[in-house]
Amino acid sequence: MKLIKYLRKYRVQTILAPLLKLLECFVDLAVPVITANIIDIGVRGGDKSYIFRGCALMVLLGLAGLAVSVTAQYFSAVAAVGFSSELRRATFGHIRSLDYSTRRKLGNSTLITRLTGDINQVQNGLNLFLRLFMRSPFIVFGSVAMAFSINSRIAVIFALVVPVLAVVLFGIMRITSPLYRLAQTKLDAVVGVTRSTLSGMRVIRAFGREDDETARFAGASDMLAKVQTRAGILSALSNPLSGAVINVATIAVLYVGSLEFSVGGITSGSIVALVNYMSQIFIELVKFANLIVVVTRAAVCAGRISSLLDIKPALEYPAESDKRTPSVSDEAVRFEGVSLTYPDAGDESLTDISFTAYSGQTIGIIGGTGSGKTTLVNLIPRFYDATKGEVYIFGIPAKAFGRADLRSVIGVVPQKSLLFTGTIRSNLLWGVSGICSPFEFGDELLWQALERAQAADFVRAKPSGLDEPVEQGGRNFSGGQRQRLTIARALVRAAAARRAGLPFILILDDSTSALDFATEAALRKAIAELHGDVTTFIVSQRVSSVRSADLVLVLDDGRLVGAGRHGELLETCPVYREICESQYGSGGEIGA
Amino acid sequence: MPKSSRKTLLRAFARLKKYRLRTLAVLLCAAAGVFAQLAAPILAGRAIDSMVVGETGVPAAVLSALFFYGAAAAVGALAGWASQAISVGICTKMARDLRDEAAAKLRTLPLAYLDSHPAGDILSRITVDVETFSDGLLMAFTQFFSGILTILGTLGFMLATNLSIGLTVALVTPLSLFSATFISRRSYRFFRAQSEARGSLTGCVSEFIEGADLVDAFAYEKEAAARFAELDGNFCKASVKATFVASLTNPVTRFVNGVVFAGVTLVGALTPGMSVGTLSWFLSYANQYTKPFNEISGVLAELQNAAACAARVFELLDAEDEPADLADGAVLVPDGSVQFENVSFSYTPEVKLIHDFSLDIPPGTHVAIVGPTGSGKTTLINLLMRFYDVSSGAIKISGQDIRHVTRESLRRAFGMVLQDTWLAPGTIRENIAYGNPNATDEEIRAAAAAAHAESFIRRLPKGYDTVIGDDGGGLSAGQKQLLCIARVMLRLPPMLILDEATSNIDTRTEMRIQNAIAKLTKGRTSFIVAHRLSTIRDADLIIVMRDGTIAELGNHKELLERGGFYAKLYNSQFEQT
Repeated sequence: MKLIKYLRKYRVQTILAPLLKLLECFVDLAVPVITANIIDIGVRGGDKSYIFRGCALMVLLGLAGLAVSVTAQYFSAVAAVGFSSELRRATFGHIRSLDYSTRRKLGNSTLITRLTGDINQVQNGLNLFLRLFMRSPFIVFGSVAMAFSINSRIAVIFALVVPVLAVVLFGIMRITSPLYRLAQTKLDAVVGVTRSTLSGMRVIRAFGREDDETARFAGASDMLAKVQTRAGILSALSNPLSGAVINVATIAVLYVGSLEFSVGGITSGSIVALVNYMSQIFIELVKFANLIVVVTRAAVCAGRISSLLDIKPALEYPAESDKRTPSVSDEAVRFEGVSLTYPDAGDESLTDISFTAYSGQTIGIIGGTGSGKTTLVNLIPRFYDATKGEVYIFGIPAKAFGRADLRSVIGVVPQKSLLFTGTIRSNLLWGVSGICSPFEFGDELLWQALERAQAADFVRAKPSGLDEPVEQGGRNFSGGQRQRLTIARALVRAAAARRAGLPFILILDDSTSALDFATEAALRKAIAELHGDVTTFIVSQRVSSVRSADLVLVLDDGRLVGAGRHGELLETCPVYREICESQYGSGGEIGA
Repeated sequence: MPKSSRKTLLRAFARLKKYRLRTLAVLLCAAAGVFAQLAAPILAGRAIDSMVVGETGVPAAVLSALFFYGAAAAVGALAGWASQAISVGICTKMARDLRDEAAAKLRTLPLAYLDSHPAGDILSRITVDVETFSDGLLMAFTQFFSGILTILGTLGFMLATNLSIGLTVALVTPLSLFSATFISRRSYRFFRAQSEARGSLTGCVSEFIEGADLVDAFAYEKEAAARFAELDGNFCKASVKATFVASLTNPVTRFVNGVVFAGVTLVGALTPGMSVGTLSWFLSYANQYTKPFNEISGVLAELQNAAACAARVFELLDAEDEPADLADGAVLVPDGSVQFENVSFSYTPEVKLIHDFSLDIPPGTHVAIVGPTGSGKTTLINLLMRFYDVSSGAIKISGQDIRHVTRESLRRAFGMVLQDTWLAPGTIRENIAYGNPNATDEEIRAAAAAAHAESFIRRLPKGYDTVIGDDGGGLSAGQKQLLCIARVMLRLPPMLILDEATSNIDTRTEMRIQNAIAKLTKGRTSFIVAHRLSTIRDADLIIVMRDGTIAELGNHKELLERGGFYAKLYNSQFEQT
């Protein structure tokens, strides 16, 4: 268990919690003996003061047990929560250090589950483990040992009961747990059918297939009910069956006890004590079985987290002393024979791409879905490394920059417009991260970016303006508003870079799809009027978005099949002509 | 328990009527189980008292006590298992019925309801809420009744046998009740605080992970880590409290138990004439006495949760259905003509969208609906298909008011291809035949060929028998669109509703789709939500939508000459910058 190092800070609690629980066990084990003595010495011996002393001792021991156990519970809570927090922070930090393609491969939902559900399970498992792993076996074996100290012939029954009971409890668990897993998959099936019905409601009604969808649901629903019933009936066996084992054992204890009693080998108080030990064994074994379930589940989760922590980031950055910093240069971006194959993918996603973008130019990138447009622009901020060839940024290989240095001269507006919980201002100020302090950046610069992004009007209309709250993912804004705010965020970065005397590359990855034509045109105009050092990449499926670019790159299946201005490409590039025709009708030019 | 959750529970329990015999059986079995469980310690005590020093072998009285002990244990085990097993049956069946009812409700709910409630919310009502309700009910069944019987039985036996011991236990009982409720109330509060803290931590985690590319691109790592650490700290504080307080239950009940135990021992030992056997069963009773209290308080908490979930399911079941078809609803015989007569419509009464709109569309007309995103282009589709009803006025097809014909015949008259390419879970064959399940293989093949879908289907490893998963897995957006067209091709309805795909389709597939659509619309009245210039230009009639209302009406030439909103839209797309 490699994760154990995250417990280091809490080692005192981790060691003390089970030890204190162990102390409590002595109390629990002592009580039946005291009772036996009260019966034998106090009641049958007629010693009243012994009865009082014995009972007072029981209450005192109870109090001591309570104090010890409460402290233990506290320590184990602190250790478990502290451990999970250390682990969570380490995992969160580790995920941030992973590169783009590793994150893609793992998937967001996996990463979120590791950080939330899995770590919670580990926390619960550890908490229960610290409390019970010493206590339950100790009580069980302690009870058996006490039985031997009372009467070894009867104690043999105890020694037999423990394994039989364990087999019953774990056997039923073994049989039912795959059934519960099956029930979970059946539940998933019900969820799947419901989700599909909900999303296809219009089509289902349009085609009048409501009956069939209802029948499909009823089928899945019935399967679920059947599996659940089966699992439930089987697991309902657990309590009665283990109870039966204990009762048979009790009968045996009483039978043998009676034989021993007749020859004076045991007192009646001791027989009462033995019966009490029997019920303690039962209670603790049930708890222990439960502990095993929780701990196994937690161990699986811990294994998953551990293997996530083992993944090494694929990209390496130069050492502090070797790294270069970007500065203004004639050429902004140069690709030289760049090919890219994603890890675990067979074919190349980009093949032998070469082009040069000069500072201040606007570069349009067009092509069908899967043609490699996004992959190409993702090489500029070095989300990946080219498998072949070299990417130069401001004349220097991208690999030579420090991570933050490279990112501070690039503003990305991704396809999916994502905002973060906070305010409009806090979202826009993402733009200055790594370049300057947010406090140095005045409101007028934020407004300027909003104006350019065609977002100033609706922000002004909000009751709190720049301080208008943004909900998770920006869901309290429309798609078009979100897109404009994410563009503004990148433009804030451009302004921050300019103040710091840095050149800038703006990348708009199909990020105007939710804007109407008029707004998009105004936005393009505003971006074209940006400061001369800003180089802009526009990725789009619409010819209208790229037709005025200084250079249009046409991608088809990862290859650069055309590079030039709109007019030239219409003449020379069949793929480009085809795209134009599909959008404008034959001839590729606007008729009307 | 609040009144509203009591009412919900009553309603839920009323559904038990269907299973009343089984419910009765559960209660009887539980009672038998409790009785047997309570009898066992008494019999064990009798066995201890019957032991005699000096006798060879086991005395007959001990043997008979042990025999009855065994019988009681056997009855207890059987009855306990039976009551739990029958309860499981009742609860899963009830859950299934409730789930099926809720799913069937989806058929009759107006689309207005489905559009205004998030799908995830409805989904969790039908699945998670029903499950939680059924779990809570099961717990109530198996633990509530037997818990109460155990408490009453224990007290009754004790009081009947020895008043002073019975009173001792009855006096210490409040202590146990008090500490259990004190802890559970406390821990409930801490658990709420913990789940709130966990909620915001999870929110932060999913936000930063979904936005990890941006964190990376903006080098925002430090800020993100600081925010995460802050929320994590809050969570830890809440979590230690909740975990600790909740974990007090066991030690505290153990302690109370110990006090009861000591009290019983004391009183029993001081009572003259109390036999060791009697004392021993008193002690066993004292030992298991606090358990039902814990269980009942657990059940009460669980029942509140179950009631909240049941309430959400009932809310869905109680939602108003869309108006049923008229009893004398005619079957629509479409000729392709559509009239809007003084139609007014709005989704919410405050915002009037379409006001007094009249339009006469002769058979075979191609109508293009254009406008910026969010301008309400789908409103007209909603009205034509009667997904929504007009507020006033009427829509008539071949002269028949669409509200006076059956929905089935109305929808049969239209073929619909939406941008959202929904496919049913099943094979490709089943999906093409979705509107006509009795179609022959030749018909299906012909439809696929006409929709230009045949070539890619044939290239799939299992051809027409390829199974499409929940998310249409494996097929590209364009291929799914072709299947949707094939689905309509098989029905060849007299009128069409099409929503042009805007993106995510590669150029070649897009051309195929265009060809397929051209074939489909030929000679049919069609309503096309259009993005493609060529479609717009070639339409017989263009309806221009803006801010949810109909802004302009005419063909391409007329609208350009008018120089209004359409002209502005059109020009902005091609303006040189």
